[in-house]
Amino acid sequence: MSAFAATFRRDLALMWGAGGGALAPLGFFLGATVLVPLAMGPERALLQSAGPPLVWIAAALAVLATLERLFQADLEDGSLDQMLLSPAPLEALVLAKGAALWVAVGLPLALAAAPAAIALQAPLERVPLVCLSVALGMAAFVGVGLVGAAVTAGVKRGGVLIALIVLPFFAPPIIFGAAVAAGEEVAAAFLILAGCALGAAALGPIAAAAALRLQAE
Amino acid sequence: MLFLANPARFMSFSAWAAPLTLVLALALFAVGLPWGLFFSPADYQQGETVRIMYLHVPAAWWSLGIYVFMGAASLVGLVWRHVLADLAARSAAPIGAAFAWICLATGSLWGAPTWGTWWEWDGRLTSMLVLFVIYLGYIALWNAVEDEEKAARLAAILCLAGLINIPIVHFSVDWWSTLHQPASILRAEGPSIHPSMLGPLFTMAAAFLFLVAALAMMNMRAAIYRRRIEAARVRGADA
Repeated sequence: MSAFAATFRRDLALMWGAGGGALAPLGFFLGATVLVPLAMGPERALLQSAGPPLVWIAAALAVLATLERLFQADLEDGSLDQMLLSPAPLEALVLAKGAALWVAVGLPLALAAAPAAIALQAPLERVPLVCLSVALGMAAFVGVGLVGAAVTAGVKRGGVLIALIVLPFFAPPIIFGAAVAAGEEVAAAFLILAGCALGAAALGPIAAAAALRLQAE
Repeated sequence: MLFLANPARFMSFSAWAAPLTLVLALALFAVGLPWGLFFSPADYQQGETVRIMYLHVPAAWWSLGIYVFMGAASLVGLVWRHVLADLAARSAAPIGAAFAWICLATGSLWGAPTWGTWWEWDGRLTSMLVLFVIYLGYIALWNAVEDEEKAARLAAILCLAGLINIPIVHFSVDWWSTLHQPASILRAEGPSIHPSMLGPLFTMAAAFLFLVAALAMMNMRAAIYRRRIEAARVRGADA
Protein backbone atom coordinates (compact mmCIF):
# COMPACT_ATOMS: atom_id res chain seq x y z
CA MET A 1 0.00 0.00 0.00
CA SER A 2 1.39 3.40 -0.81
CA ALA A 3 2.53 5.74 1.92
CA PHE A 4 -0.27 8.15 1.00
CA ALA A 5 -2.94 5.48 1.44
CA ALA A 6 -1.35 4.21 4.64
CA THR A 7 -1.25 7.70 6.18
CA PHE A 8 -4.82 8.34 5.04
CA ARG A 9 -6.09 5.13 6.64
CA ARG A 10 -4.10 5.71 9.83
CA ASP A 11 -5.41 9.20 10.32
CA LEU A 12 -8.96 8.20 9.47
CA ALA A 13 -8.76 5.41 12.05
CA LEU A 14 -7.28 7.77 14.64
CA MET A 15 -9.96 10.38 14.11
CA TRP A 16 -12.87 7.98 14.05
CA GLY A 17 -11.51 5.88 16.84
CA ALA A 18 -10.21 7.77 19.83
CA GLY A 19 -12.31 10.58 21.19
CA GLY A 20 -15.36 9.82 19.12
CA GLY A 21 -13.92 11.21 15.93
CA ALA A 22 -16.38 13.48 14.25
CA LEU A 23 -18.69 13.60 17.26
CA ALA A 24 -16.94 16.50 18.99
CA PRO A 25 -17.06 18.88 16.01
CA LEU A 26 -20.60 17.74 15.26
CA GLY A 27 -21.59 18.44 18.84
CA PHE A 28 -20.05 21.89 18.61
CA PHE A 29 -21.84 22.47 15.31
CA LEU A 30 -25.15 21.40 16.83
CA GLY A 31 -24.63 23.63 19.84
CA ALA A 32 -23.77 26.63 17.69
CA THR A 33 -26.77 26.02 15.45
CA VAL A 34 -29.05 25.88 18.49
CA LEU A 35 -27.68 29.17 19.79
CA VAL A 36 -28.49 31.02 16.57
CA PRO A 37 -32.31 31.15 16.86
CA LEU A 38 -32.01 31.59 20.62
CA ALA A 39 -30.06 34.75 19.95
CA MET A 40 -31.92 36.01 16.91
CA GLY A 41 -35.43 35.16 17.93
CA PRO A 42 -37.68 32.62 16.17
CA GLU A 43 -39.10 34.98 13.55
CA ARG A 44 -39.25 32.93 10.37
CA ALA A 45 -38.27 35.48 7.78
CA LEU A 46 -35.21 36.59 9.74
CA LEU A 47 -34.00 33.01 10.21
CA GLN A 48 -34.58 32.21 6.55
CA SER A 49 -32.33 35.00 5.37
CA ALA A 50 -29.62 34.58 8.00
CA GLY A 51 -29.87 30.83 8.58
CA PRO A 52 -27.73 29.23 5.86
CA PRO A 53 -24.82 31.68 6.25
CA LEU A 54 -24.82 31.10 10.01
CA VAL A 55 -24.76 27.35 9.39
CA TRP A 56 -21.61 28.09 7.41
CA ILE A 57 -19.98 29.96 10.27
CA ALA A 58 -20.84 27.21 12.74
CA ALA A 59 -19.22 24.66 10.41
CA ALA A 60 -16.10 26.84 10.02
CA LEU A 61 -15.70 27.19 13.78
CA ALA A 62 -16.30 23.47 14.29
CA VAL A 63 -13.45 22.58 11.95
CA LEU A 64 -11.24 25.15 13.68
CA ALA A 65 -11.59 23.18 16.90
CA THR A 66 -10.12 20.04 15.31
CA LEU A 67 -7.03 21.73 13.90
CA GLU A 68 -5.10 22.18 17.13
CA ARG A 69 -4.26 18.52 17.67
CA LEU A 70 -3.70 17.72 14.01
CA PHE A 71 0.09 17.80 14.04
CA GLN A 72 0.77 18.20 17.73
CA ALA A 73 0.15 14.52 18.49
CA ASP A 74 2.48 13.46 15.68
CA LEU A 75 5.15 15.88 16.82
CA GLU A 76 4.99 14.58 20.38
CA ASP A 77 5.06 10.85 19.75
CA GLY A 78 7.63 10.84 16.94
CA SER A 79 5.34 9.99 14.03
CA LEU A 80 6.41 13.21 12.36
CA ASP A 81 10.02 11.99 12.31
CA GLN A 82 8.84 8.74 10.72
CA MET A 83 6.98 10.69 8.07
CA LEU A 84 10.09 12.73 7.36
CA LEU A 85 12.16 9.54 6.98
CA SER A 86 9.71 7.91 4.60
CA PRO A 87 10.53 7.91 0.86
CA ALA A 88 7.19 9.49 0.07
CA PRO A 89 7.31 13.30 -0.09
CA LEU A 90 6.11 14.96 3.10
CA GLU A 91 3.72 17.09 1.03
CA ALA A 92 1.88 13.92 -0.06
CA LEU A 93 1.61 12.63 3.50
CA VAL A 94 0.34 16.00 4.71
CA LEU A 95 -2.21 15.95 1.89
CA ALA A 96 -3.24 12.48 3.08
CA LYS A 97 -3.76 13.83 6.62
CA GLY A 98 -5.80 16.70 5.22
CA ALA A 99 -7.89 14.34 3.12
CA ALA A 100 -8.51 12.17 6.18
CA LEU A 101 -9.62 15.25 8.15
CA TRP A 102 -11.96 16.24 5.33
CA VAL A 103 -13.50 12.76 5.18
CA ALA A 104 -13.71 12.30 8.94
CA VAL A 105 -14.89 15.77 9.94
CA GLY A 106 -15.68 17.82 6.85
CA LEU A 107 -18.10 15.44 5.16
CA PRO A 108 -20.10 14.71 8.35
CA LEU A 109 -20.36 18.45 8.93
CA ALA A 110 -21.55 18.92 5.36
CA LEU A 111 -24.22 16.29 5.91
CA ALA A 112 -25.18 17.76 9.27
CA ALA A 113 -25.62 21.10 7.54
CA ALA A 114 -28.80 19.72 5.95
CA PRO A 115 -30.88 19.31 9.12
CA ALA A 116 -29.28 22.45 10.54
CA ALA A 117 -30.33 24.49 7.52
CA ILE A 118 -33.86 23.03 7.69
CA ALA A 119 -34.00 23.82 11.40
CA LEU A 120 -33.11 27.40 10.54
CA GLN A 121 -36.09 27.54 8.17
CA ALA A 122 -34.12 27.37 4.92
CA PRO A 123 -36.34 26.49 1.91
CA LEU A 124 -36.02 22.80 1.08
CA GLU A 125 -34.82 23.29 -2.48
CA ARG A 126 -31.77 25.21 -1.28
CA VAL A 127 -30.58 22.56 1.19
CA PRO A 128 -28.58 20.40 -1.28
CA LEU A 129 -26.69 23.49 -2.40
CA VAL A 130 -25.95 24.38 1.23
CA CYS A 131 -24.51 20.91 1.85
CA LEU A 132 -22.46 20.97 -1.35
CA SER A 133 -21.09 24.42 -0.56
CA VAL A 134 -20.15 23.35 2.98
CA ALA A 135 -18.38 20.25 1.62
CA LEU A 136 -16.35 22.41 -0.79
CA GLY A 137 -15.74 25.01 1.89
CA MET A 138 -14.46 22.32 4.23
CA ALA A 139 -11.80 21.48 1.65
CA ALA A 140 -10.70 25.12 1.65
CA PHE A 141 -10.75 25.27 5.46
CA VAL A 142 -8.74 22.06 5.76
CA GLY A 143 -6.17 23.26 3.21
CA VAL A 144 -5.61 26.53 5.04
CA GLY A 145 -5.93 24.86 8.44
CA LEU A 146 -3.07 22.51 7.58
CA VAL A 147 -0.75 25.51 7.30
CA GLY A 148 -2.01 27.05 10.54
CA ALA A 149 -1.73 23.76 12.43
CA ALA A 150 1.77 23.05 11.08
CA VAL A 151 3.02 26.51 11.97
CA THR A 152 1.71 26.34 15.55
CA ALA A 153 2.39 22.64 16.17
CA GLY A 154 4.92 23.14 18.95
CA VAL A 155 3.07 25.88 20.80
CA LYS A 156 1.43 24.92 24.08
CA ARG A 157 -2.26 25.80 24.16
CA GLY A 158 -1.98 27.06 20.60
CA GLY A 159 -5.72 26.84 19.92
CA VAL A 160 -6.40 30.56 20.09
CA LEU A 161 -3.24 31.28 18.11
CA ILE A 162 -4.39 28.94 15.34
CA ALA A 163 -7.71 30.75 15.19
CA LEU A 164 -6.00 34.14 14.94
CA ILE A 165 -3.65 32.94 12.18
CA VAL A 166 -6.17 30.99 10.16
CA LEU A 167 -9.29 33.18 10.34
CA PRO A 168 -8.12 35.80 7.80
CA PHE A 169 -7.66 32.99 5.28
CA PHE A 170 -11.08 31.56 6.14
CA ALA A 171 -12.62 34.82 4.99
CA PRO A 172 -12.79 34.20 1.18
CA PRO A 173 -14.40 30.71 1.44
CA ILE A 174 -16.86 32.04 4.02
CA ILE A 175 -17.78 35.05 1.89
CA PHE A 176 -18.43 33.07 -1.27
CA GLY A 177 -19.68 29.89 0.40
CA ALA A 178 -22.25 31.78 2.43
CA ALA A 179 -23.32 33.55 -0.78
CA VAL A 180 -23.94 30.16 -2.38
CA ALA A 181 -25.82 28.98 0.70
CA ALA A 182 -27.95 32.12 0.72
CA GLY A 183 -28.76 31.68 -2.97
CA GLU A 184 -27.22 34.94 -4.20
CA GLU A 185 -25.11 34.91 -7.38
CA VAL A 186 -24.82 31.18 -6.97
CA ALA A 187 -22.94 30.35 -10.18
CA ALA A 188 -20.18 32.93 -9.77
CA ALA A 189 -19.80 32.41 -6.02
CA PHE A 190 -19.70 28.65 -6.48
CA LEU A 191 -16.90 28.90 -9.01
CA ILE A 192 -14.85 31.16 -6.75
CA LEU A 193 -15.50 28.85 -3.79
CA ALA A 194 -14.30 25.90 -5.87
CA GLY A 195 -11.23 27.93 -6.82
CA CYS A 196 -10.49 28.64 -3.15
CA ALA A 197 -10.92 24.95 -2.32
CA LEU A 198 -8.68 23.74 -5.12
CA GLY A 199 -6.05 26.37 -4.42
CA ALA A 200 -5.99 25.62 -0.70
CA ALA A 201 -5.84 21.86 -1.31
CA ALA A 202 -2.98 22.29 -3.75
CA LEU A 203 -0.88 24.89 -1.94
CA GLY A 204 -1.71 24.20 1.70
CA PRO A 205 0.19 20.92 1.95
CA ILE A 206 3.31 22.50 0.43
CA ALA A 207 3.44 25.31 3.00
CA ALA A 208 2.45 22.94 5.81
CA ALA A 209 5.21 20.46 4.88
CA ALA A 210 7.77 23.26 4.86
CA ALA A 211 6.65 24.31 8.34
CA LEU A 212 6.65 20.72 9.62
CA ARG A 213 10.24 20.17 8.50
CA LEU A 214 11.14 23.12 10.71
CA GLN A 215 9.12 21.78 13.64
CA ALA A 216 10.95 18.48 13.59
CA GLU A 217 14.40 19.99 13.88
CA MET B 1 20.67 46.61 0.96
CA LEU B 2 23.33 43.92 0.55
CA PHE B 3 25.83 46.40 1.96
CA LEU B 4 23.86 46.35 5.20
CA ALA B 5 23.64 42.57 5.38
CA ASN B 6 26.64 42.46 7.69
CA PRO B 7 25.28 43.06 11.21
CA ALA B 8 28.26 45.11 12.34
CA ARG B 9 27.98 47.32 9.27
CA PHE B 10 24.25 47.64 9.82
CA MET B 11 24.80 48.74 13.44
CA SER B 12 27.35 51.39 12.46
CA PHE B 13 25.13 52.55 9.57
CA SER B 14 21.97 52.76 11.63
CA ALA B 15 23.76 54.48 14.49
CA TRP B 16 23.69 57.65 12.41
CA ALA B 17 21.01 56.75 9.88
CA ALA B 18 18.22 56.09 12.38
CA PRO B 19 18.38 59.53 14.08
CA LEU B 20 18.86 61.21 10.71
CA THR B 21 15.79 59.61 9.13
CA LEU B 22 13.80 60.39 12.27
CA VAL B 23 14.77 64.05 12.02
CA LEU B 24 13.95 64.06 8.32
CA ALA B 25 10.60 62.43 9.04
CA LEU B 26 9.76 65.04 11.66
CA ALA B 27 10.80 67.80 9.26
CA LEU B 28 8.61 66.39 6.52
CA PHE B 29 5.71 66.11 8.96
CA ALA B 30 6.34 69.72 9.98
CA VAL B 31 5.99 70.70 6.32
CA GLY B 32 3.33 68.24 5.22
CA LEU B 33 0.87 68.48 8.10
CA PRO B 34 0.27 72.25 7.97
CA TRP B 35 0.31 72.14 4.17
CA GLY B 36 -2.30 69.40 4.06
CA LEU B 37 -4.39 70.52 7.00
CA PHE B 38 -4.45 74.25 6.35
CA PHE B 39 -2.83 75.41 3.12
CA SER B 40 -4.30 73.03 0.58
CA PRO B 41 -7.65 73.42 -1.13
CA ALA B 42 -10.84 71.84 0.18
CA ASP B 43 -12.52 69.29 -2.03
CA TYR B 44 -15.40 70.47 -4.20
CA GLN B 45 -17.59 67.59 -3.02
CA GLN B 46 -16.31 66.65 0.43
CA GLY B 47 -15.31 70.06 1.72
CA GLU B 48 -12.83 70.17 4.57
CA THR B 49 -13.15 66.48 5.48
CA VAL B 50 -10.89 65.63 2.54
CA ARG B 51 -7.96 66.63 4.74
CA ILE B 52 -8.15 63.25 6.52
CA MET B 53 -6.77 61.91 3.24
CA TYR B 54 -3.31 63.22 4.14
CA LEU B 55 -3.17 60.80 7.07
CA HIS B 56 -5.33 57.99 5.72
CA VAL B 57 -3.74 57.43 2.32
CA PRO B 58 -0.03 57.36 3.29
CA ALA B 59 -0.83 55.06 6.23
CA ALA B 60 -2.70 52.75 3.85
CA TRP B 61 0.09 52.79 1.25
CA TRP B 62 2.79 51.98 3.73
CA SER B 63 0.80 49.33 5.60
CA LEU B 64 0.72 47.48 2.26
CA GLY B 65 4.30 48.39 1.40
CA ILE B 66 5.59 47.22 4.77
CA TYR B 67 3.87 43.88 4.30
CA VAL B 68 5.51 43.46 0.89
CA PHE B 69 8.85 44.36 2.50
CA MET B 70 8.20 41.76 5.19
CA GLY B 71 7.44 39.23 2.46
CA ALA B 72 10.73 39.95 0.72
CA ALA B 73 12.65 39.83 4.01
CA SER B 74 10.90 36.58 4.94
CA LEU B 75 11.89 35.04 1.60
CA VAL B 76 15.52 36.10 2.07
CA GLY B 77 15.48 34.76 5.62
CA LEU B 78 13.98 31.43 4.52
CA VAL B 79 16.20 30.86 1.51
CA TRP B 80 19.52 32.28 2.72
CA ARG B 81 18.95 31.81 6.47
CA HIS B 82 19.98 35.39 7.12
CA VAL B 83 19.33 36.49 10.68
CA LEU B 84 19.13 40.19 9.83
CA ALA B 85 16.41 39.52 7.26
CA ASP B 86 14.30 37.77 9.90
CA LEU B 87 14.88 40.62 12.34
CA ALA B 88 13.94 43.15 9.66
CA ALA B 89 10.63 41.40 9.05
CA ARG B 90 9.92 41.15 12.78
CA SER B 91 10.84 44.80 13.37
CA ALA B 92 8.64 46.08 10.56
CA ALA B 93 5.54 44.14 11.58
CA PRO B 94 4.31 46.29 14.50
CA ILE B 95 4.82 49.43 12.40
CA GLY B 96 2.78 47.95 9.57
CA ALA B 97 0.07 46.84 11.98
CA ALA B 98 -0.07 50.32 13.51
CA PHE B 99 -0.37 51.91 10.06
CA ALA B 100 -3.13 49.48 9.08
CA TRP B 101 -4.94 50.49 12.26
CA ILE B 102 -4.44 54.20 11.49
CA CYS B 103 -5.81 53.59 8.00
CA LEU B 104 -8.89 51.83 9.34
CA ALA B 105 -9.51 54.38 12.11
CA THR B 106 -9.01 57.50 9.96
CA GLY B 107 -11.04 55.88 7.20
CA SER B 108 -13.87 55.27 9.62
CA LEU B 109 -13.72 58.88 10.81
CA TRP B 110 -13.72 60.01 7.19
CA GLY B 111 -16.61 57.75 6.24
CA ALA B 112 -18.93 58.95 8.95
CA PRO B 113 -19.50 62.46 7.54
CA THR B 114 -19.02 61.62 3.85
CA TRP B 115 -20.64 58.19 3.43
CA GLY B 116 -22.99 58.41 6.37
CA THR B 117 -21.60 55.24 7.95
CA TRP B 118 -18.67 54.40 10.26
CA TRP B 119 -18.08 51.07 8.52
CA GLU B 120 -19.07 49.17 5.41
CA TRP B 121 -18.39 45.52 4.61
CA ASP B 122 -17.22 46.14 1.07
CA GLY B 123 -14.12 44.68 -0.63
CA ARG B 124 -11.61 47.36 0.28
CA LEU B 125 -12.48 47.74 3.96
CA THR B 126 -12.87 44.02 4.54
CA SER B 127 -9.56 43.16 2.90
CA MET B 128 -7.78 45.92 4.87
CA LEU B 129 -9.27 44.51 8.07
CA VAL B 130 -8.07 41.06 7.02
CA LEU B 131 -4.59 42.54 6.47
CA PHE B 132 -4.66 43.95 10.00
CA VAL B 133 -5.62 40.55 11.45
CA ILE B 134 -2.83 38.89 9.41
CA TYR B 135 -0.37 41.35 10.95
CA LEU B 136 -1.64 40.46 14.43
CA GLY B 137 -1.33 36.73 13.73
CA TYR B 138 2.22 37.21 12.46
CA ILE B 139 3.28 39.16 15.58
CA ALA B 140 1.53 36.62 17.82
CA LEU B 141 3.34 33.72 16.14
CA TRP B 142 6.74 35.32 16.70
CA ASN B 143 5.93 35.69 20.39
CA ALA B 144 4.41 32.23 20.79
CA VAL B 145 7.26 30.02 19.59
CA GLU B 146 10.08 29.79 22.12
CA ASP B 147 13.00 28.98 19.82
CA GLU B 148 13.82 32.24 18.01
CA GLU B 149 15.25 30.62 14.89
CA LYS B 150 12.26 28.34 14.50
CA ALA B 151 9.93 31.24 15.14
CA ALA B 152 11.64 33.18 12.36
CA ARG B 153 11.14 30.41 9.79
CA LEU B 154 7.54 29.69 10.76
CA ALA B 155 6.64 33.36 10.76
CA ALA B 156 8.30 33.68 7.35
CA ILE B 157 6.05 30.94 5.96
CA LEU B 158 3.00 32.65 7.43
CA CYS B 159 4.04 36.02 5.98
CA LEU B 160 4.51 34.56 2.51
CA ALA B 161 1.12 32.84 2.71
CA GLY B 162 -0.49 36.18 3.54
CA LEU B 163 1.01 37.95 0.53
CA ILE B 164 -2.00 36.84 -1.51
CA ASN B 165 -4.02 39.48 0.32
CA ILE B 166 -2.01 42.44 -1.00
CA PRO B 167 -3.24 42.40 -4.62
CA ILE B 168 -6.72 41.66 -3.27
CA VAL B 169 -6.57 44.85 -1.20
CA HIS B 170 -5.30 46.93 -4.10
CA PHE B 171 -7.67 45.64 -6.78
CA SER B 172 -10.70 45.29 -4.50
CA VAL B 173 -12.02 48.66 -5.61
CA ASP B 174 -11.94 47.47 -9.23
CA TRP B 175 -13.31 43.97 -8.69
CA TRP B 176 -16.26 44.77 -6.43
CA SER B 177 -18.76 47.59 -6.25
CA THR B 178 -17.73 49.66 -3.30
CA LEU B 179 -18.27 52.92 -1.49
CA HIS B 180 -14.51 53.41 -1.38
CA GLN B 181 -12.84 55.70 -3.89
CA PRO B 182 -11.42 53.80 -6.88
CA ALA B 183 -7.71 54.00 -7.64
CA SER B 184 -6.89 57.66 -8.17
CA ILE B 185 -3.10 57.64 -8.31
CA LEU B 186 -1.73 54.25 -9.37
CA ARG B 187 -3.73 54.15 -12.56
CA ALA B 188 -2.90 53.50 -16.19
CA GLU B 189 -4.01 57.02 -17.11
CA GLY B 190 -2.01 58.74 -14.37
CA PRO B 191 -3.25 60.42 -11.20
CA SER B 192 -6.69 61.92 -11.24
CA ILE B 193 -6.10 64.09 -8.19
CA HIS B 194 -5.34 67.77 -8.67
CA PRO B 195 -1.63 68.67 -8.28
CA SER B 196 -2.43 71.10 -5.46
CA MET B 197 -3.47 68.07 -3.41
CA LEU B 198 -0.78 65.75 -4.73
CA GLY B 199 1.92 67.99 -3.26
CA PRO B 200 0.98 67.63 0.42
CA LEU B 201 -0.05 64.01 -0.17
CA PHE B 202 3.35 62.97 -1.48
CA THR B 203 5.07 65.02 1.23
CA MET B 204 3.10 63.17 3.90
CA ALA B 205 3.86 59.87 2.14
CA ALA B 206 7.58 60.68 2.27
CA ALA B 207 7.22 61.69 5.94
CA PHE B 208 5.56 58.36 6.76
CA LEU B 209 8.22 56.49 4.78
CA PHE B 210 11.08 58.10 6.67
CA LEU B 211 9.22 57.41 9.92
CA VAL B 212 8.95 53.73 8.96
CA ALA B 213 12.66 53.61 8.15
CA ALA B 214 13.61 55.28 11.43
CA LEU B 215 11.34 53.11 13.58
CA ALA B 216 12.32 49.91 11.79
CA MET B 217 16.01 50.65 12.23
CA MET B 218 15.49 51.46 15.91
CA ASN B 219 13.55 48.21 16.37
CA MET B 220 16.26 46.23 14.62
CA ARG B 221 18.99 47.80 16.73
CA ALA B 222 17.06 46.88 19.86
CA ALA B 223 16.62 43.32 18.61
CA ILE B 224 20.34 43.01 17.81
CA TYR B 225 21.26 44.35 21.25
CA ARG B 226 18.87 41.86 22.82
CA ARG B 227 20.54 39.01 20.97
CA ARG B 228 23.99 40.21 22.02
CA ILE B 229 22.89 40.40 25.66
CA GLU B 230 21.45 36.90 25.43
CA ALA B 231 24.68 35.58 23.90
CA ALA B 232 26.75 37.31 26.57
CA ARG B 233 24.55 35.85 29.28
CA VAL B 234 25.02 32.36 27.84
CA ARG B 235 28.79 32.85 27.67
CA GLY B 236 28.84 34.23 31.20
CA ALA B 237 26.90 31.22 32.49
CA ASP B 238 29.51 28.92 30.97
CA ALA B 239 32.42 30.76 32.59
